[in-house]
Amino acid sequence: MSNRKLLKGNVAFCYGAMAAKVDAFFGYPITPQNEVPEYLSVLLPEAGKVFVQAESEVAAINMVYGAAATGHRAMTSSSSPGVSLKQEGLSYIATCELPAVLINVQRAGPGLGGILAGQGDYFQTVKGGGHGDYHLITIAPWSVQDAYDFVPWAFELAEKYRNPVCILADGVIGQMQEAIELHDVDVKISEKPWAADGKKKAEKAIVNSLWVEPDKLEEVNRTLHAKYKVAKENEIKFEEYSVEDADLVLVAYGTSARICKSVVDLGRKQGLKIGLLRLITLFPFPDKEILRLSEAGKNFLTVEMSMGQMVEDVFMSVCGKSSVDFYGRTGGNILTVSEILDYAQKVIKDPCGPCTRSWEI
Amino acid sequence: MMKQVFKRTEGLKDKEFHYCGGCLHSVVHRLIGEVLEEMGLLDCTIGICPVGCAVFMYDYINTDMIEASHGRTPAVATAAKRCNPDKLVFAYQGDGDLASIGMAEIVHAAARGENATFIFINNGIYGMTGGQMAPTTLVGQKATTCQFGRDPKVHGMPMKMAEMLSVLDKPYYIERLAPTSPAGVNKTKAAIKKAFQYQLDGKGFQLLEILCTCPTQWGMTPVQALNHVDEVVKQTYPLGVFKDGGEKL
Repeated sequence: MSNRKLLKGNVAFCYGAMAAKVDAFFGYPITPQNEVPEYLSVLLPEAGKVFVQAESEVAAINMVYGAAATGHRAMTSSSSPGVSLKQEGLSYIATCELPAVLINVQRAGPGLGGILAGQGDYFQTVKGGGHGDYHLITIAPWSVQDAYDFVPWAFELAEKYRNPVCILADGVIGQMQEAIELHDVDVKISEKPWAADGKKKAEKAIVNSLWVEPDKLEEVNRTLHAKYKVAKENEIKFEEYSVEDADLVLVAYGTSARICKSVVDLGRKQGLKIGLLRLITLFPFPDKEILRLSEAGKNFLTVEMSMGQMVEDVFMSVCGKSSVDFYGRTGGNILTVSEILDYAQKVIKDPCGPCTRSWEI
Repeated sequence: MMKQVFKRTEGLKDKEFHYCGGCLHSVVHRLIGEVLEEMGLLDCTIGICPVGCAVFMYDYINTDMIEASHGRTPAVATAAKRCNPDKLVFAYQGDGDLASIGMAEIVHAAARGENATFIFINNGIYGMTGGQMAPTTLVGQKATTCQFGRDPKVHGMPMKMAEMLSVLDKPYYIERLAPTSPAGVNKTKAAIKKAFQYQLDGKGFQLLEILCTCPTQWGMTPVQALNHVDEVVKQTYPLGVFKDGGEKL
């Protein structure tokens, strides 16, 4: 039976959380993600689950840590400045190898920034963000349907890799309304024999990220990175749109990618050979696919609502084999189709050239 | 055959404490272990340990344990208890952890009336990091970051956590104790037992502020440190029951 609903992205995240059979949510108010704690404050207790409005983002992420450490499906959501506050906790969660999900409805930064959409948290999200050598598995929705679908997927990844997963959205995804299908989700919750759940077991469980012996701590780092390697082999997801015969490939994620799809449609009508590589997983990053496309002679234009962050990963992926140009807007300004198309036309005529860090010039 | 009159509690793992001589952390650990064993709770308890001298507590207490980040023990305990309401949850923190960096977390856990047991070790100094001033450092007490002694004009006054938290509505049981004598040890053990029982009965937030020694950072012998608690520390931090929903005060 069809279960179609007109929903805001933030509300779709909540239905996604319920579909994923989340046990507990801990959050703190911040615009533009407030509908998430507001809806879950009703939905979770109704289902006999845990909702706590924490005293801060710091407390919220540590509550997620506590719930996850006892083997429960736990999540939080926030927006950029609030996510900055969660970084220490995320480092602990990653190091303790706990599954958990964070939704970041990015807003424009830096500083207190603004409350409109931005994509300035790419570095913070995919490069670690907190202290030490860890990564968040990062997935980027571009629609309200994705907002619903990605929560169960995020928990699947989080439990498979025992690693925190970030759903990196933005204010547009959170606030816009679209009709979506609330389809049933087949949820498989993993066994958690490692959980400090207070149940009788052969050996008492300890959830801890303190290792004072250098060799042991190095082993922990190696273990984490071995997992990231497996994730890279198995989990990379992207979509290609009109890429096959394109000379210029736009590379984007989330709202920027959605806008770039319209750029490709309009450009194609004008006879431009352009395509779109929409990234769905940002960590792991599809560097091999980008290299393959560059070896096929394609140049790239990375489009972000930032001053140039993901473009660095695209630049590294091409290994100097093609041009990587960049176009970005910030401050909460949403990219327009026409400005991107104008820039794409300029780049087609005059690409920056290989080995040129276009976003810095 | 000699009759065995004392044995190591099953509530502690067979592991040597790393604590300095004369430090009372180990005594409080032992009391927690004994009470858990006596109440039959070792296989249904989740302990949350802090950052600070007690950071290795997960190696000592024979229950499931979670190591929290600095100050966030009450947040971790909140989630652990809410997600596992049928388990006993206790949190253990020092004064830098609870009264400084984690002030927000303990106050809000208390305000929400989280039904967990919070054991607060007050020794008036940052022990593990080398003797810096704590929010609980006494007026005039020297520390590595107040070399001439705590000066109220510059550093403010000591933080009285048991008193502060007692003005909130939700805490059920708050008591300050000092295991500096056999009688004090017995009273502390009874208080831990009472707090755990209140938690099992679903009564809500319980906090025990336990005055402890730090001979190493105080520059005293263990005996001098015990006497210092009794003669000096208690003047700033008087012992007593500040809240007890189960008894008339």
